[in-house]
Amino acid sequence: MFTGLMTDTWIAATIVAIIAGAVGFFTVLRGSAFAAHAIPNGAFAGAAGAWLIGLNPIIGLATFAVGASLAIASSRRARLDVVTALALVMMLGLGAFFFALSNEYASEIYSLLFGEVFGVAGSDLLPIAGLGLITIAILTLLFRPLLLSSSMPEVAEASGVRSRWMNVVFLLVMALATTLTVPVVGTLLMFSLMIGPAAAARSLTSRPLLAMAMSVGLALLTVWAGIAIAYESGWPLGFFVGTGGALVYVAARLWAGQRRPARRGHRWPPHDGPRREQPQTTS
Amino acid sequence: MAGAFTPAEELVRLDQVSVRLDGREVLRSVSLVIGPGEFIGLIGPNGAGKTTIIRAILGLVPISRGSLVIEGGTRRRRDRSFGYVPQKLVIDPDAPLRVRDVVSLGLDGHRLGFPLPSRARRELIRETLASVGADRYADARIGELSGGEQQRVLIAHALIARPRLLLLDEPLANLDLRSEQSVVSLLARLVREQRISVLISAHDMNPLVPVMDRIVYVAGGRAASGRAEEVVRSDVLTELYGHHVDVIRVHDRILVVASPGVEEHTTTQPAELSVIGRAGA
Ligand SMILES: Nc1ncnc2c1ncn2[C@@H]1O[C@H](COP(=O)(O)OP(=O)(O)O)[C@@H](O)[C@H]1O
Ligand SMILES: [Mg+2]
Repeated sequence: MFTGLMTDTWIAATIVAIIAGAVGFFTVLRGSAFAAHAIPNGAFAGAAGAWLIGLNPIIGLATFAVGASLAIASSRRARLDVVTALALVMMLGLGAFFFALSNEYASEIYSLLFGEVFGVAGSDLLPIAGLGLITIAILTLLFRPLLLSSSMPEVAEASGVRSRWMNVVFLLVMALATTLTVPVVGTLLMFSLMIGPAAAARSLTSRPLLAMAMSVGLALLTVWAGIAIAYESGWPLGFFVGTGGALVYVAARLWAGQRRPARRGHRWPPHDGPRREQPQTTS
Repeated sequence: MAGAFTPAEELVRLDQVSVRLDGREVLRSVSLVIGPGEFIGLIGPNGAGKTTIIRAILGLVPISRGSLVIEGGTRRRRDRSFGYVPQKLVIDPDAPLRVRDVVSLGLDGHRLGFPLPSRARRELIRETLASVGADRYADARIGELSGGEQQRVLIAHALIARPRLLLLDEPLANLDLRSEQSVVSLLARLVREQRISVLISAHDMNPLVPVMDRIVYVAGGRAASGRAEEVVRSDVLTELYGHHVDVIRVHDRILVVASPGVEEHTTTQPAELSVIGRAGA
C-alpha cells in the first residue's frame, strides 16, 4: 500500500491532515465548530451547481464556501448560530434543486461527500500543496492576534486587534481549507478532522503552540491510520476517520481527567469562595 | 478639578461627549478629565453608561457630539498606552492558554508571527505576574482560575505593555469580599508605585471610597465628577437622576436610595438604584 498510485494518496492525505489540524485548532478555540460544519456541507451544493452548468465543480465549491463564510462573518455574535444554520439550510436547498435539474446520476459530485482519497491524481497535488502553504502561511502570520481575539475578543479590541476582521479572515481561511480538502477527503471527513484532533489536543496540553502542533499530529495519525486500515480491510475510509476523530477526543479526555486533579491538587479552587449577597450585575 | 492639570499632562479629556448606540442617546454631555497618577471611580447603577464611557475612551464606540482628547492630542485613540480589563469576561475553561501566555499576549499579541522566546521576555512576564501577586499560578490554565485570580492575570496582561492608564470595567463584580479588597489594594499600590492612572467602574462605590481620588458618578447617561464629598450629595445626585434620591451614611457605608414615592415613575431602574451601596451586603 505504499507503492505506485498510493504515493499520491499518502501525500494528499498528509497535506489535508496538516491543514485540518491547524485550522481546527482555531476553530475549536473560537467555538466555530458549527461554521466548520456549515461551510463544507453548504459548499458541496456549489459544486453541484457548477457541475450542472458545465463548470469545474471546484469553482462552485470555492464560490459557495466563500459566500457561506461571508454570510456567517456578517452576523452578530448573538445571532451567529441562527445565521449559520440558515446559510447551511439555504445552500442545502439549492443543492437539492441543482440535483433535481439534472437527470444523470452525478457520481462525481456525490464523491465530494466522502472524497476520493484513493483516486488522487499526481496532477492534483501541486494545487493542493500550493493552497495548503497559503493557509499555513496565513495562520502562522496571524497566530498571535488570532489567539488573542479567539480567546478574549474584548481584550483584543483594546490592543488594536479588530476582532471583526479577525473573524472575517478566519472564516475565509476556512473557506480556503474547504476548497482544498473537500475534493480529497470529502465534506464529512474534513469536518471530523477539524474538530476531533483539535479538541483532543487541548485536553492534553495547556500550551497554545504545542496544542496546535498536537492537533496537527493527531489529525495525521487519524488519517494515516484510517487510510492504512481502509486499504487493508476494504471498508470505507469515512468510517475509520469519523470514528477515529471521536475516539481520539474521548481518549484524550479520559487521559486528562485522570491526570489533571493529581497535578493541580487543590491549590486553585474552581470558584471564588462564598459570594456576597448581592444581585449579580450582568449589564 | 478641571484646572488641576495642564492640558499637556491630561491623559484623557471628555468635553460634553454624547454617544448614540442604535439610535439611542446612551451618553449625554459627559465631561471628565483623567490626570496622571489619579485613581478614579466610575460609579453608577446598571445601564447608567459606565461601560460606554470606557469604550468611548478606548475608541471602541464612536462619539456623536463633543470632543475626546487623548494625552493632549499627541496620540491617536487606538493606541496601546491604555490598558483595558473588560467587564464580564468569560474564558473557556478548556482553552489551551496558560496564565503566562495571556500576559505574553499583552506584550505583543497584536504582532504578526510567533513570539520569540527569550530570557528577558520570561523575566518580564514573571516580574509582571509577581507585581499583581499572580506568579504562583503562572503555568495554570487561565480558564481554570477563579474570578479573582483571572482578574489579576488580566491586570498583568494590561500592565505588561506599561500603560499610563488602566481602565477596568466592574472588576469587583462577582468577587467575594476578600478578593475584592485585595484587588482594590493592588490597584491602589500600582497607582502609588508605578504612577499609573486607574479608572475603575463599579456599581457599589463603598469598596473604593478609601482609595479613590475622585469619583465620576453616572446615572441615565449623564455624569458628575469631583471629590466624593462634592458629588455624592443628595442635591447633586437628585439633579443627575432627575428624581429625588437620598444619600445616607451608616457605619462608614454610603447608600444612595430613591424615595419610595418616586420609584413608580422613574426612568432609571429603581430596583437597581437601591443596589448601590446596599447595607449589609
Ligand atoms: N450596542 C448598544 N446598542 C444600544 N444600546 C446600548 C448598546 N450598548 C449599551 N446600550 C445601552 O446603553 C446604556 C448604557 O449601557 P452601559 O454603558 O453598558 O451601562 P453600564 O456599564 O453602566 O451598566 C444601557 O441602557 C444599555 O442598554
Ligand atoms: Mg457595564
